Amino acid sequence: MTDWRSEARLRDERLAAGRAHAAGKVVPAGAAIDLLEAILRPGDRVCLEGDNQKQADCLARALAACDPARVHDLHMVQSGIVLPEHLDVFETGVARRLDYSYSGPQGGRIAKMLYGGQIQLGAVHTYLELFARYFVDLTPNVALIAGVSADRDGNLYTGPNTEDTPTVVEATAFKNGVVVAQVNQIVDTVPRVDIPGDRVDFVVEADRPFYVEPLFTRDPAAMTETQVLMAMMAIKGIYAEYGIARLNHGIGFGTAAIELLLPTYGERLGLKGKIATHWALNPHPTLIPAIESGWVKQVHCFGSEVGMDRYIRARPDVFFTGADGSLRSNRAFCQTAGLYACDLFIGSTLQIDLMGHSSTVTRDRVAGFGGAPNMGSDPHGRRHPSDTWMKAGREAQTVGDPLLMRGRKLVVQLVETFGDKLVPTFVERLDAMELAKKTGLELAPVMVYGDDVTHIVTEEGIANLLLCRDADEREQAIRGVAGYTEIGRGRDRAKVEELRSRGIVRRPEDLGIEPLDADRALLAAKSIKDLVHWSGGLYDPPAKFRNW
Amino acid sequence: MESLTFRHTTRKPLPGAVQSAITGVVASGNLEVLLERVLPPDACEVSIETPVTGYAAVWEAVVADFVARAQPGGLRISINDGGARPDTVSLRLLQGARLMEA
Repeated sequence: MTDWRSEARLRDERLAAGRAHAAGKVVPAGAAIDLLEAILRPGDRVCLEGDNQKQADCLARALAACDPARVHDLHMVQSGIVLPEHLDVFETGVARRLDYSYSGPQGGRIAKMLYGGQIQLGAVHTYLELFARYFVDLTPNVALIAGVSADRDGNLYTGPNTEDTPTVVEATAFKNGVVVAQVNQIVDTVPRVDIPGDRVDFVVEADRPFYVEPLFTRDPAAMTETQVLMAMMAIKGIYAEYGIARLNHGIGFGTAAIELLLPTYGERLGLKGKIATHWALNPHPTLIPAIESGWVKQVHCFGSEVGMDRYIRARPDVFFTGADGSLRSNRAFCQTAGLYACDLFIGSTLQIDLMGHSSTVTRDRVAGFGGAPNMGSDPHGRRHPSDTWMKAGREAQTVGDPLLMRGRKLVVQLVETFGDKLVPTFVERLDAMELAKKTGLELAPVMVYGDDVTHIVTEEGIANLLLCRDADEREQAIRGVAGYTEIGRGRDRAKVEELRSRGIVRRPEDLGIEPLDADRALLAAKSIKDLVHWSGGLYDPPAKFRNW
Repeated sequence: MESLTFRHTTRKPLPGAVQSAITGVVASGNLEVLLERVLPPDACEVSIETPVTGYAAVWEAVVADFVARAQPGGLRISINDGGARPDTVSLRLLQGARLMEA
């Protein structure tokens, strides 16, 4: 007889073992280790919710403290490697295999552990890709998630940082897995139900509120004239020319500078209402002046941002909010929105090679991708036109019947030619290739492939790769904006001037921009305090950004 | 610490009559530029004190591009570098030239 219910029986066993440590569904924080040791089995696939921002930190500490004799060889399938405990489990043997997306703050340590062979790495994914695999071949046996509050039935309120939770729970709860939620508080009634209680098996009342990383706060005080210049070029040379209404911004200072120039420089160019109206974006504090100036129609968010909650509650026409008034974010849906419904992605990277391939992996840091490879790719499944998408498509394709033309998503790399400590951004060969070789990865962790990149913006100018007709033109266009890096100094000057005459390379003066006009005075806010003023006191920045 | 000096001949003197100007600050990632109108009208000399060694070729290229663009004849330019990136150096030099033209 075929056994069709083995997984369900195993789930019942796990639940029965876990209930020994619970009152109904509720487990005290002090019993979290006992609970995990009871429900986990060696070799389990486990999603320990580590999102871009929200962290199931109480459960992470408990998992790291489990007895490796009982809990071992776990296969961690989580989007973010953010907390030290996320890697501690690989040192103790509690976990062995890893499939993940993003590892910003732990990038240095994860590189060391990869080189040292302590982690068996499956792959570094994009968010959507990892979420997709949750439903195919990386379905979690146990999910350890985080929320703000729960009632005794397990109904869960995630707060504004819903992020990955619905996706993780969907994959686990509906495929015989066990879902454990840590919450800051057990309440009689939750403010809104983000996850229905029948999908949550245990609720741990955490010893302290879960940690949220303020990942998207960029202090205007730290923005440089070079970043202002690059933002001016992007607005005039790309946003205005292609009429970009629907977009996603990366996390860096350059894109934050663009946000702060919309109500000043953008206004002066007469672009209000024509560009930057619809966003897939975290609630960046630097977007406040543009919102307050009436530029922004709506914003859907991957997650929230520390300090933005009151402001968002007061602007429900702009943000997606729940019946309780607070933000509802959802990483999987927002990634999909960024992929299919945005005409432009603009972000930064650490290395770009002569083909335009880029990566944030360097010799001693493996930062992962997060969403950038999805945001920064041309979706071949897209079928709806927009003026922006069609114009880019026409630039890329000069032959064939226009009715059979594909449009193109604009994928823009906004980089300074030198990074921190004078490290050049433009390189002959990506460090990612070295990492792949040394660690036996079949694929080098490339963030955005060269054939998806349409423009590179540096302080020296804009390279339009859509208009390049062969590999040599592409290389010289990239060299032509690579400044004083070795790559830049190795340019064929005559060829670059020819590309410039065809508009493939454009200097600030070609765009009517005087570099000496790139003044910080153009920033709509020059400090975090200015952002607080713009928000009418609703934005409440985290302590580390308060310097007044 | 590295000291570098580059001498160029220009096609014309820098316009204006300002005798000296200073721009920028010595801070990490920044630089201070002192410009003095003390040389013959077709000469420009740029001397650099930098804590970062090994970038002579980059400095040479940045200074050559600045001279070609601004034609700063007559200027002696002294740079106190705090590890600035080349684009910041270019910007400060152009800002300094503009101050001297006022």
